Amino acid sequence: MNGIAARAIERFVCDTYGEAAWHDVVRRARLHVSSFELLLTYPENTTARLVATSTAVLGRQVHDLMEDLGTYLVTHDNMAAVRRLLRYGGADFESFLDSLDDLPDRTRLAFPELVLPRLRTRPRGAGAFDVECGEATPLMVHVLAGAIRAMADDYGALAVLDVDAPARRIAVSVPALRHSAGRDFHLGGATR
Amino acid sequence: MPALGPGALDALMPMHLALDAHGAIMASGRALRRLAGEAAAPGCDVFDGFRVVRPEGVEDAGALLAHAGRPLVMRTIVAGREVTLRGHLVADAAGRGLLNLALAVSDLPDLGGADLTAQDFAPTDPTVDMLYLLEAKELAFAETRRLIGRLQGAKSRAEAEALTDALTGLANRRALEMRLAGVVREGRAFALCHVDLDYFKAVNDTLGHAAGDAVLRAAARRLGEIVRTSDTVARTGGDEFVLLFPGLVEIARLREIAGRVVAELERPVAFGGRECRISASIGISLSTAYERPDPDRMIADADAALYASKVAGRARHTFHGGAG
Repeated sequence: MNGIAARAIERFVCDTYGEAAWHDVVRRARLHVSSFELLLTYPENTTARLVATSTAVLGRQVHDLMEDLGTYLVTHDNMAAVRRLLRYGGADFESFLDSLDDLPDRTRLAFPELVLPRLRTRPRGAGAFDVECGEATPLMVHVLAGAIRAMADDYGALAVLDVDAPARRIAVSVPALRHSAGRDFHLGGATR
Repeated sequence: MPALGPGALDALMPMHLALDAHGAIMASGRALRRLAGEAAAPGCDVFDGFRVVRPEGVEDAGALLAHAGRPLVMRTIVAGREVTLRGHLVADAAGRGLLNLALAVSDLPDLGGADLTAQDFAPTDPTVDMLYLLEAKELAFAETRRLIGRLQGAKSRAEAEALTDALTGLANRRALEMRLAGVVREGRAFALCHVDLDYFKAVNDTLGHAAGDAVLRAAARRLGEIVRTSDTVARTGGDEFVLLFPGLVEIARLREIAGRVVAELERPVAFGGRECRISASIGISLSTAYERPDPDRMIADADAALYASKVAGRARHTFHGGAG
């Protein structure tokens, strides 16, 4: 089930750059599909081709584009469900970082076929953490970094990230856990 | 036993009520106070803000005490709406008790107005995981519904395409067979009219396939204008068409229709500054000529009658069995 990556890129490009840009991407990627399904499996090189054509069509550096994708998944109104699910990770940003270890297992409860890379958060003392994503591709590390940055804002924490994609590691330092008010979050608020 | 202060109960059971022997609230957990407000405030009678719905008849402290250790289903008001709680009472020898409660799973999706946070629940309480699951499930369902919708659209399109002749938009052989089977099943009388274009090969050979396609499209359009909406016009081969007339076996009427088909198809078709001229030979079979109409046999008989029209000089129609 690799539809999640293709679908995420589709929604990101459509919501951020418009439908026309997306049609340009799929046409140039020669994928013969104009819209992807989260629940389906596509040929193995689909994601790589979408990323390559997206960077070409949008004229962006691949690392920046992937970080923006991560940010989009957390901040855009159309992705409110994703942001809410991540907020269930903990009451503050540090517990959220800690909860990343549980993310693949939790995700599997709702989408049994969806395998996310294992994540491991190691405290380095004095509000510093290393998020290790050994099974992730370097591109996924950038997506994750974008999402973590956005989640820090969401929690109202001040966080500085140092992304080492080849080493599959994101160093997060949190000088202020409560820097701003952050965004409201109430349990059970979305399904009412 | 560790010597724990009063805060320990609150931390271990954020949804508890400590009751005296008369049912007055002595203390309550922080989550329950947050949820139920005044109803859980120390000093209140538990029955003022909470109602036992199962088992029935538990309406005072004595009855509650008698049910110590057994499951209880209770209701209280949260954010203006009634929610269900499950719990049990553990009592000491003096009749004082601890009533520990949890939110019923069925009510969790409705608690949006209750201002709940993760700190309201003990880490051992799976309520937060349950809420997470409910929302994740909602997301999964939304995606599933979207997928089903797209597949359904694709299926209808594929079905329409599978029953349609791509060049003319007429029904194809498969669609004709399905409609024929339907008419036979209904036991209605019907006529089958097999139309073969005369001189079509000459148009194709001298003016090219594009001209041939234009002639076929024009023929299809004209045939469609002659028949009733309840009739079927199908393209069953290169230059062969079959017309199905449910409920029509009147010979005079069919002769008139066959005459119009020949006349309409003989009207020239303009293509690339040239005029394409064709005609049509027709064979007709009537379901009333058979004890048990069999579609395959009737098509074969209409075909034989069509052949007779060709032999007799084309641009005409023949009834199977020599009728008319």
